[in-house]
Amino acid sequence: MPTFVYMTRCDGCGYCVDICPSDIMHIDDTWRRAYNLEPDMCWECYSCVKACPMHAIDVRGYADFCPLGHAVRVHRDEEEGIIAWRIKFRSGRIKDLVAPITTKPWGKFIPNLREVAPPTDEQRKSQLLFNEPKYIRLDDGDLYTLESQGLKMRQGVYY
Amino acid sequence: MITTNPFAGLAEYGITPGMMMAFVILMVLAVVVGTALDVLHKKSHKYFFEHEERMKKLATRELSSAEKTSMLIQTITSEVLTSSEFHNPKRRLAHLLKMYGFVLFVLSSAVLIFAYPTTADAPFWAFLWHLGAIMVAIGGYWFFFSLRVDVQSEGNKWWNLKKRDLFIVSLLATVTFGLLWSLFGTVVLFALFIISTAVLFGSVYWSKFAHMFFKPAAAYQKRKLMADGSRENLPPFYKRAEVLDQSTMDLVRDIPKDQKFGLCIMKDEPKHY
Repeated sequence: MPTFVYMTRCDGCGYCVDICPSDIMHIDDTWRRAYNLEPDMCWECYSCVKACPMHAIDVRGYADFCPLGHAVRVHRDEEEGIIAWRIKFRSGRIKDLVAPITTKPWGKFIPNLREVAPPTDEQRKSQLLFNEPKYIRLDDGDLYTLESQGLKMRQGVYY
Repeated sequence: MITTNPFAGLAEYGITPGMMMAFVILMVLAVVVGTALDVLHKKSHKYFFEHEERMKKLATRELSSAEKTSMLIQTITSEVLTSSEFHNPKRRLAHLLKMYGFVLFVLSSAVLIFAYPTTADAPFWAFLWHLGAIMVAIGGYWFFFSLRVDVQSEGNKWWNLKKRDLFIVSLLATVTFGLLWSLFGTVVLFALFIISTAVLFGSVYWSKFAHMFFKPAAAYQKRKLMADGSRENLPPFYKRAEVLDQSTMDLVRDIPKDQKFGLCIMKDEPKHY
């Protein structure tokens, strides 16, 4: 499902070029409009679709997965801090989804590794990953449960 | 200096007022023909109406002619006159300088050539001609050196020119040589001014000159599609407080109404170059 650009909507702002993690959104040599340079390498992350202030980028569904007539469109409203999706099925049925944006400031959750003690030899040889969340560790007693960790099941959160 | 009609002294170069008038008419024709060829080549009209027909099937209500008129007026006052489509305020300001400067420059050129072909004393229109050229130069060079997406996002150097730069380069060459010719009055600068003007208006088929005609049409179409319920399949625009209140998820309801998470994409500018 690679992305493509509606040329009449694009104003060549470059937000998609800035945000594409595959670096495949680029600016056309003739019209100064964005285009997907290499659709085969698009992993359909929707970053460019969400970043485009003109709603000029859409995702082309392959016939076997998303038959013609479907649409998955998104509006990321930074002023309101919400993100809204509209899923249109081939039958015409429409499903609207909306959620608050939870993007964190840059660097807020990046661990400062310089201040972390270096791993011991034992830790290096262990199969556990560095900083593996304690809730998924199985080497410390039994399997962790919500009760054993003092957590509660809440609506909207599924483990 | 800037209140003197630069076209009044063309007789020194052996150029009659009639030749300049013919040149202006030729340029107008070049724009008309170039735009028509551009539309035919890119089939913009075909796509435009096909898209409208496709979206009409999704419309949930019919727009009245009063609503359409109101939207047309809104498009003119918002997208056309204030370039409101631009999200980036710097690009919007640069575009406004270029747009209004270009209108002043072209309009005053036509008035000076047709109404005051041999009169040096036309202070109002001569001032507008210089003011327009200066506005285009300020907005244009600002855009060219730092706001162009090729420079800002693609990381290209400003001298790495491509076909897409034909419009902005010929526009800047026109106003720059025009101002220099008005200042120094040499025949070489006048020749460069005429050549760059001919390139600007004669290259409509290859450049993005025609955007000034089809962009307003696209903006008007977008307004209509958002109003008639088809919305180009986009979701409705929600208010944050309503979303948080109406959510069935405890997790979302607990979020403070005024809490924003991070600066988000638009406000947190990338610094990768």
